[in-house]
Amino acid sequence: MSPSAGALFWAYLQVGLSGFGGANAWARRMLVEKRGWLTDAEYAERLGLGQALPGPNAMNTAIIVGHGFAGVAGAAAAVVGLFGGPLVILAALASLYDAYGAHPMVRGALAGVASAAAGMMLGTGIKMARKSHPSALMWGIGALVLTLALWRVPLPWIVLGLAPIGVFAAWLERR
Amino acid sequence: MSDLLSLMAGLASLSVIAVGGGSAVIADMHRLIVDEHGWMDDAAFARAYALAQAAPGPNVLVVGVFGWHVAGPVGLLGATLAMCGPAAIMALGFAMFRARVAGAAWLRVAERGLVPVALGLVMASALLLGQAALATWGAMPLVGVAVTAATAVFVAATKRSPLWMLGAGAILGAILLG
Repeated sequence: MSPSAGALFWAYLQVGLSGFGGANAWARRMLVEKRGWLTDAEYAERLGLGQALPGPNAMNTAIIVGHGFAGVAGAAAAVVGLFGGPLVILAALASLYDAYGAHPMVRGALAGVASAAAGMMLGTGIKMARKSHPSALMWGIGALVLTLALWRVPLPWIVLGLAPIGVFAAWLERR
Repeated sequence: MSDLLSLMAGLASLSVIAVGGGSAVIADMHRLIVDEHGWMDDAAFARAYALAQAAPGPNVLVVGVFGWHVAGPVGLLGATLAMCGPAAIMALGFAMFRARVAGAAWLRVAERGLVPVALGLVMASALLLGQAALATWGAMPLVGVAVTAATAVFVAATKRSPLWMLGAGAILGAILLG
């Protein structure tokens, strides 16, 4: 079943509004677990494309997903949904933050959200890795990407350097 | 106004080289905003980043906070548009190309091959974000580690909304640090 542009807009509006700590974990939850529009493997592939393209990867992924289901209108609906809600909230927060940002309770709550958001991304990554059934070589490439990124090697070098090796591994798997 | 235009020009040029996502160019944004133009100092830059992390939505919206700082609400919109517009056009062009070659064997191989890169980057940004958050816990970094670990297990093992854990983290932080 292929969702309409309107359905994509509503789904991505919810992704944007609930997307604490980054939208990718929430987009996966919505598209795979709640709506069942994509499998885990399909979402992971679109996320991979979104990261290989330059620019914000949640947005790139939304454009690829939206266009795949409902053409240019679907891509536009997904992006407007993704950004619309958070922009309004961010404007409100930015104006409040100047007044209350230094309050210890606000700082404490922000610390709690940041730590939990990190755990959310970690848990999502584990779930996706488990469900995309990678070969040993794929595991190795993923681990190498992780290690290089933790060493703060610039992301464009990692993507441009290891994406071809990943594609080669996928080609070997098919044979 | 000219400040906003030069911020937008800077962000638009970063947009098209940000392979791996907005966080790939956060160091370049720091150079543009703090070092070259002095629109914000180091502490304000770090606070803007923390605020964008805590707010819902794609992480790239941190550029909206920078824009807000430079030119208010118009800056919020302008900076977001500058950072996202050029990349959005490229992504749409790619999506249209992908639709035309749909089902091609080489495309399936390329897509599958990018998955480990995608997952490696997700895990790395999770760990880097978690590590950066530890500094905000002051004398209690182990509580931050526990919150991150508990949320990771909760999300990996259940289908319940992560909002439960984000809310619990916020309350715990407000009580312990407040």
